[in-house]
Amino acid sequence: MIEIQNLTKHYGEIKAIEDMTFTVEKGEILGFLGPNGAGKTTTMNIITGYIPSTSGTVKVSGYDIMDQPREVKKRIGYMPEHPPLYLDMTVKDYLDFSASLKEVDKKTWKSQKNDIMELVKITHVQHRLIRNLSKGYRQRVGLAQALVGAPEVLILDEPTVGLDPKQIIEIRKLIKALGKSHTIILSSHILPEVSAVCERVVIINKGKIVAVDTPEQLSKNLVDYSKFTITIAGPDKKVKELLQQVYGIIEIEVQNKIRENEFSYIVEADKEVDVRKPIFHKLAEHGYPILELKSLSMSLEEIFLQLTTEEKEVN
Amino acid sequence: MWAIWKREVQAYFYQPIAYVLISLSFLVLSIYYTFGTIAGRYAEMNTLLSNIIFILTFIIPILTMRILTEDRKSGTEVMLVTSPVEVYEIVIGKYLASLTVFLVIYVLTFTYPIIIAALGGKMEIPMLLGGYLAFLLIGMSFIAVGVFASSLTENQIVAAIIGFVILLVIHLVDPIANYVGGVLAKILGIFSLLSRYEDLNSGILDITSIIYYLSFTAVFLFLTTRVIDKRRWSQG
Repeated sequence: MIEIQNLTKHYGEIKAIEDMTFTVEKGEILGFLGPNGAGKTTTMNIITGYIPSTSGTVKVSGYDIMDQPREVKKRIGYMPEHPPLYLDMTVKDYLDFSASLKEVDKKTWKSQKNDIMELVKITHVQHRLIRNLSKGYRQRVGLAQALVGAPEVLILDEPTVGLDPKQIIEIRKLIKALGKSHTIILSSHILPEVSAVCERVVIINKGKIVAVDTPEQLSKNLVDYSKFTITIAGPDKKVKELLQQVYGIIEIEVQNKIRENEFSYIVEADKEVDVRKPIFHKLAEHGYPILELKSLSMSLEEIFLQLTTEEKEVN
Repeated sequence: MWAIWKREVQAYFYQPIAYVLISLSFLVLSIYYTFGTIAGRYAEMNTLLSNIIFILTFIIPILTMRILTEDRKSGTEVMLVTSPVEVYEIVIGKYLASLTVFLVIYVLTFTYPIIIAALGGKMEIPMLLGGYLAFLLIGMSFIAVGVFASSLTENQIVAAIIGFVILLVIHLVDPIANYVGGVLAKILGIFSLLSRYEDLNSGILDITSIIYYLSFTAVFLFLTTRVIDKRRWSQG
């Protein structure tokens, strides 16, 4: 659906984006993750045709943004980080304007208009001036504007920035729902957002892609072993000895003494081997009950930090 | 293009700016008209019309100052450029919106010759038509300058000042050309909107003058699209 190849953007000496290549499949929600200033907005501005690239190609449904910008622009709904709103218009007039700007024919628009306003829940404010709306409603009007004309592709730049937690949850739900009928690229510097909404993540830093994968796969690939915390009732020396006998366990470390004869340990094991059952059996044999067992897989946040601070390559 | 035109015309009238400009220019013109033309018992419009050019120098930059600056400042430029319209369509849509407000002032001044006729004044029709044609053409050219000025900055006041300065230079081209003389005077003559205006206003219908004004307008609108495109290439 969207093919981006060797995309590069230079501003004189500054390299905003370098050699970026990725594709987005039809119906996919792709997360675009990176710290502020990584080049997220620049990339989105290029895909939507707002600014031209220095080199490389962007194709949407097979149309090149440089050669056939009109065809591409027709297929994309773009919500920039700051929603492009005319404050002096009412919500309804603004959406009507957007529809005629996108050359949506009058009949189609008539049937679409109410659905869009229902979907983003702005029907009750449609006659109010945008100037008088709160940040949350403005964001929704911006989203509604991107939906006008039912484009196949939605590009959303930091759609939840500046919203309160309740609104963030609502917008995320909405994006997930939209993902059923649209191809979506969503940028964010907030990690839980991306892992909650997106099926695949592109992590970028300093204009370069550092990783592309599903959120789950990313955390799997990055750690070479699995880590657990485990709390066991029993003397630490004896328990440690027993655990060392379990196949697959690489290292055991006492983390905490919780009370007399009750310790928590950090256990590192080969990630190809599931050591949890053998651990249970081994300890049960000797009468040391497991009180707690928790996997310490890396959260996306840790991965993100690791990738963007060390620039460690994945894949 | 028409969507942009429609929105901009509405925007002019959502805000007080159109009303203020229209009523203010009509007021000033009516003062000229009442104390000049009517009190002086002149059965002609051309003296008044050449005064209008002077007034337009102040009115037009104010009329056009927000037409492109606002989109840059509020970020709505992104919406326009990423819509399936070309940059030149955006510029023409905006231009036509400013022209529409100008045409309201233009049409309002039709009341003056009508009053003269009603009072029994005998006007020379070719002079009258020539004068009004010149008025329209010069308005079109000035608005193109104003639109161009507003593409250069995101500050309305700065845009108004740039527009005003360009128009002022246009006013000064003739005196400067007279002063320097020679080849330079001929070159400066190319930029002389006003000498051609005087021709038209005195009833000399010269097709080259009409083409000149239309080209002048086209050149400034073209420059405007270039400025917008150039900025797209260089911004982040």
